[in-house]
Amino acid sequence: MESRSKRWTHALIGVWTGVVLLFFFVPIAAVIISSFGKSRYFRFPVKSWSMKWYDQTINANLTENLHLTSLYVAGCVATIALVLGFFGALAFARYDWKGRIFYQRLIMLPIFFPQAVLGLALLLWFTYIGVLPTWEAAVFAHLVWIAPIVTLVISIQVYGFDVSQEEAAYDLGANRWQVFREVTMPALAPGLFSGGLFAFLLSWGNFSLSTYTTGADSTVTEWLYTKMSSGYTPMIPTMGAFSVYGSVIILFMGYIFLIARRRRAAKCA
Amino acid sequence: MATIIDKSPPPPLPQPTTLQSIGLWLRQPGFLTATPILLLFLAGFVGPLVIVLGFSFLPERTFGFHGEWTVDNYVHILTESYYISFMWSFGLATATVACCLLISYPVSYGLAKVFGRWAAPIMLLLVIPLFVSENVRLFGWYLLLLKGGGIFAGTTNYLFGLDTGTLLYSNGTTLMGMVYVYLPYTLFPTTLGLSLVPKDQVDAAGDLGANRWQVFREVELPIAMPGILIGSLLTFVLAVGAISEAKVLGGANTVVISHAIQHEFTYAQNWPLGSSISMFAIAITGILVIYVMGRLDLDRLLGRR
Repeated sequence: MESRSKRWTHALIGVWTGVVLLFFFVPIAAVIISSFGKSRYFRFPVKSWSMKWYDQTINANLTENLHLTSLYVAGCVATIALVLGFFGALAFARYDWKGRIFYQRLIMLPIFFPQAVLGLALLLWFTYIGVLPTWEAAVFAHLVWIAPIVTLVISIQVYGFDVSQEEAAYDLGANRWQVFREVTMPALAPGLFSGGLFAFLLSWGNFSLSTYTTGADSTVTEWLYTKMSSGYTPMIPTMGAFSVYGSVIILFMGYIFLIARRRRAAKCA
Repeated sequence: MATIIDKSPPPPLPQPTTLQSIGLWLRQPGFLTATPILLLFLAGFVGPLVIVLGFSFLPERTFGFHGEWTVDNYVHILTESYYISFMWSFGLATATVACCLLISYPVSYGLAKVFGRWAAPIMLLLVIPLFVSENVRLFGWYLLLLKGGGIFAGTTNYLFGLDTGTLLYSNGTTLMGMVYVYLPYTLFPTTLGLSLVPKDQVDAAGDLGANRWQVFREVELPIAMPGILIGSLLTFVLAVGAISEAKVLGGANTVVISHAIQHEFTYAQNWPLGSSISMFAIAITGILVIYVMGRLDLDRLLGRR
């Protein structure tokens, strides 16, 4: 029943999606291309290619420090956000309790909030209660924004969770901990996994909150911003390219993991 | 199919006293599991906002709560030319939302209805940029548009011998950068919304003689509206708080509101004034967010896949 005009519309939608993908990836490609340029200043077409800025970037002490700080922050944020988000999602989607509708809207507020303003508000708050801006403070700041997002991501999984499975396990004599470990956790695992991945990557790429809260500890994105606003150095594209490679590798690993899991689940069923 | 949400046990028959019912309310499993994130919400969101609100009523250039309360900052903002910054920020944000919706609707439609088993890999490709820091991506645009040696100018120069100059440092480019950075935030909720549209309803409307436009307006749009609203709202709010786009791609002549706030907190060292500008931005976005949120059924939007 595919009519001709429908095929045309679908082809157009496909082409348009291709254009949007191109729009998404051209700037990222530009960063990667320029990271292989040899000259001190970026000129296109690139006359000669080299890996020398990679060499220099890898050997700089700074690179290690920046990446370690980013890694610490993102790792802590992902871990804590997962725990908070897991319980938050149960309250969001599983239990029917008085105040749930209000709670659902309340915890969405930090997501729908201008981030730079939130960063500054947190800076004022930290100063007021006497917390020094460090990477630990940045972890807290990221959590305010990321934990609700993780809650939403896990909630979507919780909505699809059949509660009678838990009840059946109780009927079969399992205790609370066994039900949690053998039934609830496995059923929610995909949601927990994507929640953790989201948390890590959003924290890794965050700038607006980090810039006000890390103090002397600088993350990769902060360094990039500082250097970019003060002019061009050849280490910007290489450092940027590193973070692109990192994100892409982590995302693909996550995707393959999820696909493999789904295959296995399909085989079992 | 069991119900998704389990019912809490019915209350005991003798009517409990107020204290007892508060106790019962606090012991609901829902409230108990919500507690950790609510504590974070109090310590990381409510607390800071109260402090900003407090600071906004202090005299200029004070750094602690020991001055007289005053509304001078608000008077200052209303009488000086800050409205220009507000207009730029909200204007740019509105334009960003409009562009993002137009660009993402066909893509969302494709993801929800057309691409079938290709939807997941395409989705993955669309997600990648979201996780590359926006500074890196904006820097990519900077490289593309750079004067003389940028990729666009370099290409036209190389192929046609044309000197096209640069598109950098204009408000149009700032807008493009914002659309670029915030597009995924419109795209994914819109896709979620569109995936709620049942195929048989569209078919039924078609069988009853509705044309494509009528199906769009009468069936698709109303059902997908919650997703579209969430996406637009998120994009709008993030765009109001945008800080790097204007700095990296835009001209120095446009001062958006987040720059005005940042300026007061850093160079000018005038925290009270910065706080009261923030309060204006918070109030405007807050009213909008609460208004839209009140009209959404989150269970319905997130509960179906």
